[in-house]
Amino acid sequence: MLRLNINGEDHTLDVDPDMPLLWVLRDVLGLTGAKFGCGIGQCGACTVHIDGQAIRSCVTVVSAVGESKVVTIEGLQRHGDHPVQQAWLEHDVPQCGYCQPGMMMAAAALLKATPHPTDADIDDQITNICRCGTYVRIRQAIHTAAAKG
Amino acid sequence: MANIMPNRRGFLISAAAATGGLMLGFHLPSDTSRAVAAETTDKGAEVNAWIVIQPDETVTIRVARAEMGQGIFTALPMLVAEELDCDWHKVRAEYASPAENFRRKHIFGSMLTGGSLSVRTSQDYLRTAGATARAMLIAAAAAEWNVPAGECEAADGVIQHAPTHRRVTFGQVAAAAAKLAPPHDVKLKPASAWRLIGQPVKRLDTPDKVHAKPVYGIDVRLPDMVYATVANCPVFGGKLKSVDQSKIEGMKGVHRVVPLDNAVAVVGEGYWQVRQALDALPITWDDGGNGGVDSASIGRLVHDGLTGSDAAVLRSDGDVSGVTRAAHTVVQAEYSAPFLAHAAMEPINCTAHVTADKVELWVPTQNADATLLLAAQAAGVDPSKVEVHVTFLGGGFGRRGAAVSQNFVPQAVAIAKAVGKPVKLLWSREEDVRCDFYRPTSAARFVAGLDESGGLLSWHLRLAGPSIAHTLAPSTISHGADARMLEGLIDMPYAVPNILIDYAMRNTHVPVGFWRSVNHSQNAFFKESFIDEMAHATGQDPYQFRRSLLAHNPLHLAVLDAAAKAAGWGDKLPAGVFRGIAHNEAYGTIVTQVVEASVSGKGEVRVHRVVCAIDSGHVVNPDTIQAQVQGAIVFGLTAALYGEITIKQGRVEQRNFDDYEMLRLADMPKVEVVLVPSGASWGGVGEPGLPPVAPALCNALFAATGKRIRALPLKNQTLTAA
Repeated sequence: MLRLNINGEDHTLDVDPDMPLLWVLRDVLGLTGAKFGCGIGQCGACTVHIDGQAIRSCVTVVSAVGESKVVTIEGLQRHGDHPVQQAWLEHDVPQCGYCQPGMMMAAAALLKATPHPTDADIDDQITNICRCGTYVRIRQAIHTAAAKG
Repeated sequence: MANIMPNRRGFLISAAAATGGLMLGFHLPSDTSRAVAAETTDKGAEVNAWIVIQPDETVTIRVARAEMGQGIFTALPMLVAEELDCDWHKVRAEYASPAENFRRKHIFGSMLTGGSLSVRTSQDYLRTAGATARAMLIAAAAAEWNVPAGECEAADGVIQHAPTHRRVTFGQVAAAAAKLAPPHDVKLKPASAWRLIGQPVKRLDTPDKVHAKPVYGIDVRLPDMVYATVANCPVFGGKLKSVDQSKIEGMKGVHRVVPLDNAVAVVGEGYWQVRQALDALPITWDDGGNGGVDSASIGRLVHDGLTGSDAAVLRSDGDVSGVTRAAHTVVQAEYSAPFLAHAAMEPINCTAHVTADKVELWVPTQNADATLLLAAQAAGVDPSKVEVHVTFLGGGFGRRGAAVSQNFVPQAVAIAKAVGKPVKLLWSREEDVRCDFYRPTSAARFVAGLDESGGLLSWHLRLAGPSIAHTLAPSTISHGADARMLEGLIDMPYAVPNILIDYAMRNTHVPVGFWRSVNHSQNAFFKESFIDEMAHATGQDPYQFRRSLLAHNPLHLAVLDAAAKAAGWGDKLPAGVFRGIAHNEAYGTIVTQVVEASVSGKGEVRVHRVVCAIDSGHVVNPDTIQAQVQGAIVFGLTAALYGEITIKQGRVEQRNFDDYEMLRLADMPKVEVVLVPSGASWGGVGEPGLPPVAPALCNALFAATGKRIRALPLKNQTLTAA
């Protein structure tokens, strides 16, 4: 049995300790906000927070999480009105939307560590892939969230 | 009333050929279907097939096309709502049901989502549906008040009769309106009267998308559902020879192996468990005789087509060879472009449940009509037994459209049939990349003759490569004359007095298909690079040279000039930064782009700015057009810089985003989009922003380095700053 704290709730789970966190979230717990894109930590669609840091859950085995607190897009803010989400709404960022939970989690972690990021900070920290090509608006929305946050 | 289903065969043909633009009569309730249409349920009153109005004033507008990011979940309801005159804030969009489309004789028209055609081909019948419903709502109110309908006005979901100061809401009269016969003589508003069309309306799907609420295919969860993943035969056209199931027996969470004709599926409790098992499963394939094919052999085959004597002539005006021989200047060049994978962010998936009397699918599909028929065929049941639930799509880009390329549908049905439970089939990214229907590799050989003042006299365009129709619909072509392979060339806007365009079909075992902007993606690179070459060979400015070729065509000239003006063509640039320009028309929309780029001392390409002018005719949602062009530029730049699928031992060499690279935020240039709508037509916007990027960039790189790029991607080129 494995204990996990996800979005403030404790879970006791009977899962293979080698299973990546992504599949525990999606297939075991039904938290489908974190997406599967590559399985090798390249695209960031699976980004969640562990103790406030953005990590790629598809390459993070669940047993490595330990006592740390996991936050997914579902738990980013209780009412879903995190400054990043508000900014994403304001700029109508998503197209297909599939990568956006990962993008927003990466952006939220960036803003926590660097409340007023420069373009260079954004280039450096937001390495997730968006195939629809919403990068122009992601950059604008991060600046907007920073200004309001 | 039109009837497209005289018999099942007739239906199949219609469905296969459906490209939208069907007759209006189709899309409104016919007399025979009105019994269904007029049903009032607790879900509200269906005024017509597209519009359901609830007593609480919520207006549900059905969308028959797939939302894959391009914004039609907002744009198509805008078209309906414009004529309905409802309160936009009360509008919600929902998918039309594919099964209902089948049962109700294609009442929703084509569900095919591709070719940038959703707005273009459905605007007429969607606006008419809105206007028809509006007339019915007014008629219902007028009847209740016993006043002439002509004295009533509707606006923002409220009907008023000014002479008697009476008002009623749509929600209050919808049930009565739904029982009326639809009028057949409604008039649509002139463009000058539009209040919603043309406004930067916020997307209806954004609030859900920022809260991770939409259900994509991969998110579907059903009671008792099991998970499956597959290994597809790595050599296209090969078969499964044998699989040693004993190696994974007893693995925790793994239920069984399902051998298929050209794939092996493992079924179990979760994706990760079945993926682990599949990786451990010894599989032997029969490569079908193509295990020796590689990119070099394909390259030779295609290149030989450039001089082959079997080319199909698809356009011939004047005397190209005679005029070229006598020309003052002859320009000649050969170009090539590689296979490309779609790599939509959501890997291929399909959830299926097959029972004795029903087949049910939950699937991200760009063509649900085809999905339904494919599932019926795979399950061996009548199409009336199939229900397809279209989910949101985590990208499509053409991969999830054509029936043949929906290979995941029969696969999911076969696995579900074997298992007897709902099965979510999910491919790994590796399978997604190596079992695609690729943008075809292609080669071009151009020879042109120009006069002493640089006027273009003659142009021979020879294309060679695999035909998309050969993969997707072989019966539609004869003698290799797949004209679609020449799109953007055969219909190019430039004035060329003598022109010959021919195509040497060179098919390989690699399946090819529709990829965002289809053949424009490579053809615009060939055409616009060569235009640049001709300009430089005759000492002309590339922008001015294009102006001279478009002098007869004011619509095109306006877009070209708008881009040049916005980009400051001719103005001084920072040291080391150079400009390139390209122009293309695709899917009814004219686009010019100017790219500013530099090459570092190490030979690294940096794209600084892309300016794009676009004339889509009418503009439904300007903010969506901005977004689509921004996205198309990313898609096009990704291909130009990195995109390449190569073949070795009959197999695709690339596997995932580490070796099939994507543009990321750090590489993103500034993008400025200028809308210059002529109002002359309805053009598409999902794809036309893509084709000019690669040639505009390569033309800028020529300006920067003096090196002409004739083969993509750029990662294979060595560049040195001049």
